[in-house]
Amino acid sequence: MTSNAISVARILRLAILSTGALLFLAPYIFMVSTAGKAQSEIFSSSLSLIPEQWSYIENFSKALSRVSMSTLLFNGVVVCALIFVIQIVVAIPCAYAMAKLKFRAARTMMVLVMLGLLVPIHATALPIYVAFDRLSVLNSYTALVAPFSISVFAIFLFLQFFRAMPDDLIHAARLDGMSEAGIVARVIVPNAWPAITAFAIFSVVAHWNDLFWPLIVVTNQDYATPPLGLLYFRAAEAGDDYGALMAATLIITLPLVTAFLLAQKRFVEGITMTGLKG
Amino acid sequence: MAKAGSDREAAVGAAGVETTPLCPAEHDKSAHAAQPARHLRSHAIDAANLPDRREARIAWLLALPAITLLFLFILLPTAAVIVLGFTDFELGYSNWRFVGFENYAELLGDRTFRRSLWNTAVYTVIVTPVSIVLALAIAMLIEAETKGRAFFRTVYFLPVASLLVAMATVWQFLFHPTIGPINTFLALFGIAGPNWLGASGTVLYGLSIIGIWQSVGFNMVLFLAGLTAIPRELYAAAEVDGAKSWFDRFRLVTWPMLGPTTLFVATISIINSVKVFETVKTLTEGGPNKASEVLLFTIYQEGFVYLRVGYASAMTVVFLAILVVLMFLQYRVLDRKVHYA
Repeated sequence: MTSNAISVARILRLAILSTGALLFLAPYIFMVSTAGKAQSEIFSSSLSLIPEQWSYIENFSKALSRVSMSTLLFNGVVVCALIFVIQIVVAIPCAYAMAKLKFRAARTMMVLVMLGLLVPIHATALPIYVAFDRLSVLNSYTALVAPFSISVFAIFLFLQFFRAMPDDLIHAARLDGMSEAGIVARVIVPNAWPAITAFAIFSVVAHWNDLFWPLIVVTNQDYATPPLGLLYFRAAEAGDDYGALMAATLIITLPLVTAFLLAQKRFVEGITMTGLKG
Repeated sequence: MAKAGSDREAAVGAAGVETTPLCPAEHDKSAHAAQPARHLRSHAIDAANLPDRREARIAWLLALPAITLLFLFILLPTAAVIVLGFTDFELGYSNWRFVGFENYAELLGDRTFRRSLWNTAVYTVIVTPVSIVLALAIAMLIEAETKGRAFFRTVYFLPVASLLVAMATVWQFLFHPTIGPINTFLALFGIAGPNWLGASGTVLYGLSIIGIWQSVGFNMVLFLAGLTAIPRELYAAAEVDGAKSWFDRFRLVTWPMLGPTTLFVATISIINSVKVFETVKTLTEGGPNKASEVLLFTIYQEGFVYLRVGYASAMTVVFLAILVVLMFLQYRVLDRKVHYA
């Protein structure tokens, strides 16, 4: 009786989860399906998922010829990598100083960090845009990267993480005669990989997907990031050639989705991994 | 060295002395092998602690880049946006003056801005509760199930990692009034689907569906973390106390224990909903007939398309004030919870 009830509950549970999963995957399924359909078949509005005539090559070559996909993906990688590296290099020493050194300004810094967490790029965009316009740095990697060089979220995250690190570790390093900068580079960073990985995923997802800031500072296609490039592509296509549009969408979505599928295990590990060993 | 090796702490100290001639603690090199372990330990403590003034100087140096950039890109621009809100500054015009509260007075009568505040509120009121309830339900189902956990977690989280602008384009196809799969599917049952994103009556619902689809996975991961942290004994105890159905267990254990997580998820969801921009810019441009005009899109239009920086700054201040109030409310609720606990 009991085991029967449990299995019924289980079947119900799996049914709900699977139906939900199918609904959540539906956009991806239709994206892949439509990217292979010819224009006429798309307009016949059938629900069939498998294209009658395989038009993948046609649609993909259209997508690749209208907008330079390689430039977009390259810009996306460069911008995300620069932002992440600068954020880490700026935030880790600061978080270390606040967490482990006797530092009068640490309290004030904490207040500033909490304030900073409140202010998104959308709030600071206007003055920064005006300043960048005056300095003539619009349409450049500098304009895309500079406002994100400081991440108060990174400082906050690393501060929590460093506070949990034992002081003995740092004392031992000082006994070995390491300078404070050396301690940050050779003791703190190697022990902070879980936090760094978690932050890397957060930062890259946020900036790979960001449309707001690139839309404001970039008008030149050469500096377009993937979201912005897709917007240009949509404008050029007048939004009607869904086959080519879905092919372009597929190309642009694939890198981050692949990265996510590969890094997901690490993400979970990063959260669960605790202690000194790293 | 063999003698010192018997005392682990002293061994660490001695090793430090030997390998690092620059360390101030071991200038009297001649003594170190013969020193008793206790003496070595006091040297070790001297070397492990920096003099306070030197420590403060190093701390400043390490924090300096962050402090500089924090001022340059967060504090200064925030102050500037508040000041600009009191001016009639327009990009391209060199003349500007302080106009006091004129911008704010104009905002009160601005029908587009009021519409955009209203639409943002409606969008938030739809997306936040639905995405929280769905995320909690999915998290609990996944938690209860032993098979396929990783698979389901990946599937529901996938939209978070997908390029929103790209997926919005896919949704536009799904929502297409004549060739879109959703309306084709509805037609199988004889239902004439609406012109989702093209009609002012349904556009906000269409955008909300995309918003929910996109945010459920993120909330779910937070709930999963919260669920794992609930001690198993509590469920056993509740069962002993007569909580037989799953709903009793949920009401008595899961829901109260998830309180802080739920509050956190709710705050993040509301803030993210207030910041809706990508889908609107990509799919509707605020249309049709301003039916999907939302706060950030209106700010973007005024500030970066019409270049009325002063006026857009006043809007930004309103936007910032909303965020501050939301955070303040979260702290208040959190505070109360802690006191009652």
